[in-house]
Amino acid sequence: MNHRLRFVLRRLVLTIPVLLVMSVFIFLIIRLVPGDPVRTMLGFRATPAAVTQVRAQLHLDDPLWAQYRDWIAGVLHGDFGEDFVSKAPLGELLAQRIPVTLELTLLSMILAVVAGVPLGVRAAVGGRWARRLTEGFVVFGVSVPDFWLGIMLVLLFAGTLTWLPPSGYIPFTDDPAGNLQYILLPVLTLAAAETAYIIRTTRGSMLGVLGRPFIVYLRAKGTRERSIVYGHALRNAAAPIATVVGIQFGVLLGGAIVVETLFALPGVGRLIVTAINQRNYPVVQAGLFVVATLFIVVSLITDLVVGFIDPRVSDRGQS
Amino acid sequence: MTTTMTVTSGVRRARSAVGALPRSARAGAAILVVLAAVAVLAPLIAPHDPNAIDSARILAAPDLGHPFGSDALGRDVFSRTVFAFRTSLSIVFAAVAVASLVALPLGTLAGYFGGWVDQIISRPLDMLLVLPALLLAISLIAIVGPGSLVAALAIALIYLPILARVQRASALVVSQSGFVEGGRARGWSPLAVIRRHVVPNALGPLLVQAAILAGFAVQIEAALSFLGLGTQPPTPSLGLMLSDGRDVLTQAPWVEIFPGLAIAVVVLAFNLLGDGLRRHLDPQGVVS
Repeated sequence: MNHRLRFVLRRLVLTIPVLLVMSVFIFLIIRLVPGDPVRTMLGFRATPAAVTQVRAQLHLDDPLWAQYRDWIAGVLHGDFGEDFVSKAPLGELLAQRIPVTLELTLLSMILAVVAGVPLGVRAAVGGRWARRLTEGFVVFGVSVPDFWLGIMLVLLFAGTLTWLPPSGYIPFTDDPAGNLQYILLPVLTLAAAETAYIIRTTRGSMLGVLGRPFIVYLRAKGTRERSIVYGHALRNAAAPIATVVGIQFGVLLGGAIVVETLFALPGVGRLIVTAINQRNYPVVQAGLFVVATLFIVVSLITDLVVGFIDPRVSDRGQS
Repeated sequence: MTTTMTVTSGVRRARSAVGALPRSARAGAAILVVLAAVAVLAPLIAPHDPNAIDSARILAAPDLGHPFGSDALGRDVFSRTVFAFRTSLSIVFAAVAVASLVALPLGTLAGYFGGWVDQIISRPLDMLLVLPALLLAISLIAIVGPGSLVAALAIALIYLPILARVQRASALVVSQSGFVEGGRARGWSPLAVIRRHVVPNALGPLLVQAAILAGFAVQIEAALSFLGLGTQPPTPSLGLMLSDGRDVLTQAPWVEIFPGLAIAVVVLAFNLLGDGLRRHLDPQGVVS
């Protein structure tokens, strides 16, 4: 147990520089805007007085390290500054937006795992048709752009069949059934490509494990095939699958930006896109910071989970 | 003498590799050749001016003269798709070429020398992986502002660390082979060993990864343009066409369906080619 604890601590400590680099990068975004970012934000007709006022409001005249110190201190207290257009505090805005993005990405990932792992196992152990069908789905899922698939789903389920609303959102706490109706198409859209990746990884990992001597031993011993495949082989094949789930979560967060815009979901992704078009830099920064932090936290959790599923990983980290 | 032998064996290997490629990979390559020809010859292939507005043909259904129908401004969707291929493929080609050309020397040096050279090259590149890919692209666009060139640069920036990593791993494996040791023992300078032995033998995985990434670059470019952050109207781009088609989805689904299928075909072709190449050019399994 001791070396596992050391593995966890080591991984936690290694996350600190990653968070630091990410926060500096996102902090610098507004400072890297060519020319004067305040003039870009206010438009070319801004009066010099207005420019001076906004510069002071954003503390752009302080030394760079002091700006970073103040910004990061605020962020750590949940104070992300205020929306440049609506003057609303960004902390509250983000508190409304984050649950939507989390709901979308987590449900998509759960659906992709629940559908992808069994299909991947079937692709590894099943007959020719199971293999062909899953391979076909993988090629389809990887090649079709997610937002186009989303639009086609809208055309089918909202346009032709009118079973589901085409876009919009109701919070889960207001109306759970309505919430699920609104989130279903976005989740299907986002989950399709993920499912394909998970099928592909599961199949590859299972094929690797099924060729190992202990499987031959279990067969010779007369263990039921079901128990060999789902009990012994899948457990040994789980670590690479968990790794891919973690990596793909980053892709999902990126995809969420597009899918939220497509389905008019009030999540962080849509917030960022709208803010970029309005040159609303404080909102862009806050949104990017939140998504990047989610990504880093999920990577950390994945690594820890993989370390526990497969003790060889945590042992390697020790040496 | 040695140089000639390396080159001939390289050519022979490349030729036999093409011949031995699975049928799916050759199909992928064939589709890409056709699509590249369409992109280059766009003005000759497109039956109409892609930006010509025709008030008589607003949202007109597909017919013989306009096989993909017309959009909300009466523009010919087929001609626009042909020209959009040109825009998308140019951006993707530029992005992947720039990323590969920068990743090649960086990855090779990091893999061959290791130690502090590796640290100086690899650590800054790792920082680019701190953000999810699309987010990195969007951050760059947030700084510089939207546009085709920025989209190409953003995609190159996403791919640089991935390609450099692959090239580093590949160069590392090759650097431990006997023939590299032989070159060193003969007293060649490190640069000569790298040029004659390491680069030619370590190039395969980079090419495979570049082919696979090119397919996804088409999707990223389309996603950025769809969000209004990439190619700007009126230039025809696959992502912009999807964004236009969305507004008239129920009245005229063809405005949406054909550009989407076009993207799927390009990505599919790159995937088929990349997967086929992987088996032949990446025996160590360096490519993720």
